[in-house]
Amino acid sequence: MSDIKEIQEEIVDEFSMFDDWMQRYEYMIELGKSLPMIDESYKTKDNLIKGCQSQVWVKADYKDGKIIFTSDSDAIITKGIIAILIRVFSNQTPEAIMKAETSFLDEIGLKDHLSPTRANGLVSMIKQLKMYAIAYSNR
Amino acid sequence: MQDTSKHTLDINAIRADFPILQRKINGKPLVYFDNAATSQTPQQVIDAIVNYYTNDNANIHRGVHTLSQIATDAYEQAREKIRAHFNAQHAHEIIFTAGTTHGINLVASGYSQLLNDRDEVIVSAMEHHSNIVPWQMMCEKTGAQLKVIPMTEQGELDLDTFDSLLNDRTKLVFINHVSNALGTVNPIQEIIDKTHAVGAKILIDGAQAAPHIKADVQALDIDFYTVSAHKMCGPTGVGVLYGKEELLEALPPYQGGGEMIAEVNFDKTTYAGLPHKFEAGTPNISGGIAFGVALDYMNAIGFEEIADYEMELLIYATGQLKDIGDIRIYGTSVERKTAVVSFNVNGTHSYDIGTLLDKMGIAVRTGHHCAQPIMKFYKIPGTVRASFSFYNTKEEIDLFIDGVKKAKSMLL
Repeated sequence: MSDIKEIQEEIVDEFSMFDDWMQRYEYMIELGKSLPMIDESYKTKDNLIKGCQSQVWVKADYKDGKIIFTSDSDAIITKGIIAILIRVFSNQTPEAIMKAETSFLDEIGLKDHLSPTRANGLVSMIKQLKMYAIAYSNR
Repeated sequence: MQDTSKHTLDINAIRADFPILQRKINGKPLVYFDNAATSQTPQQVIDAIVNYYTNDNANIHRGVHTLSQIATDAYEQAREKIRAHFNAQHAHEIIFTAGTTHGINLVASGYSQLLNDRDEVIVSAMEHHSNIVPWQMMCEKTGAQLKVIPMTEQGELDLDTFDSLLNDRTKLVFINHVSNALGTVNPIQEIIDKTHAVGAKILIDGAQAAPHIKADVQALDIDFYTVSAHKMCGPTGVGVLYGKEELLEALPPYQGGGEMIAEVNFDKTTYAGLPHKFEAGTPNISGGIAFGVALDYMNAIGFEEIADYEMELLIYATGQLKDIGDIRIYGTSVERKTAVVSFNVNGTHSYDIGTLLDKMGIAVRTGHHCAQPIMKFYKIPGTVRASFSFYNTKEEIDLFIDGVKKAKSMLL
């Protein structure tokens, strides 16, 4: 498994291949469609992330020292954004997740192309993933 | 396509008055269909604001100096224009506010001191949150009971149930003239008459109606009517509350401060008369003046002409949307609403459609439109809302339709 930095660099490379933002959105929609869906029974209030305009659920499982994230949203572009975050953060150790920087999101220009409410949702989502990491690092 | 339209407006000349319509968004010409949230501003209104700060800026109602008098005259002339527009009996029945929400809070706050736990008040299921929450706060303070007029699948009010909710304990009814999320024009004359028949008073939220329909508050016998300037070509942060003189006189002041007093003593302060009793502090002077100019602008075009042309746009857009297929339109038939089409593409989320349209330069509103009870009624998280104004065109609707088709093909 690659480390977080390497995965982020891969994503930056992938996004640099697109000419315009419609193509990037097309790619995010494809990513969103391919995201393994969370089991309906986990779409609970506890797993709902506050601060997102569309509904986003995240579930974290801890296995062999690593955190596995699964997630879903009712909006497909949001799912695409989640898919990018999960690719970076899932299957990593709590320590690596806690230490990870997220400047790659600025590099791919994602934050600039989100509405302020969606950008806030993105920040909330990253915060939530890091909170899980903190919780599991104390085990 | 042959132009079969019957309107007499010179749309190109009108569009030339709105500098923002020349803007490009994400490299594409702006198609602005979020008029129900905020309308765009003609140069005449922008000039009024610039002129105020360039030539006339001073505090009003206080100074003896010339500038203060010029500013005061301009502000009071605007109040008179607004009075004439809504045909209020007196200029002092027009209270300047920060907008519709402020007007509703002003009335709800006053009634918080007048109602008690034996009283009942009635709201509708199709209100904007600003015409729900202030009244809930009022009910919490007074113990008054809040009742709700349900809505039908067609996005209209269930008036039979309204009849059964009214009784001699009903003190207030608050309802919108036009629904912001669906565009439904409610039968306010009937609702007002029924409200008055049990001796209750009514507040009409006119925010969505005022850009399209000129309400005559005397002919309709409206008790309170609230509007926002920014939905009718005026600036943001200003609006008015109309209230019948005797009702405003009976209502306690909303905020304390300068301008709203007659005499201040530490044992007892007496309040100023109308409208100043409700206008504490230095108001948005340039905003009030510019609101007057915005009304002049719209009246010069003519509200009937505006409504006819917007209806033409609505019918055209609705037909084109339906032709796309897999579209669910929420709300009533075109004849019973203003130029708003609230819809979803089956199998997609409104945010996704709105996000992709934005990339194509097309501005629409997505989500629950601050009317969650309506969304809960339809069991949906939100809709895409395209709202048209008299400066929009069929060519823009064509771009919007192409955009929806493209977004649909990307998402499904």
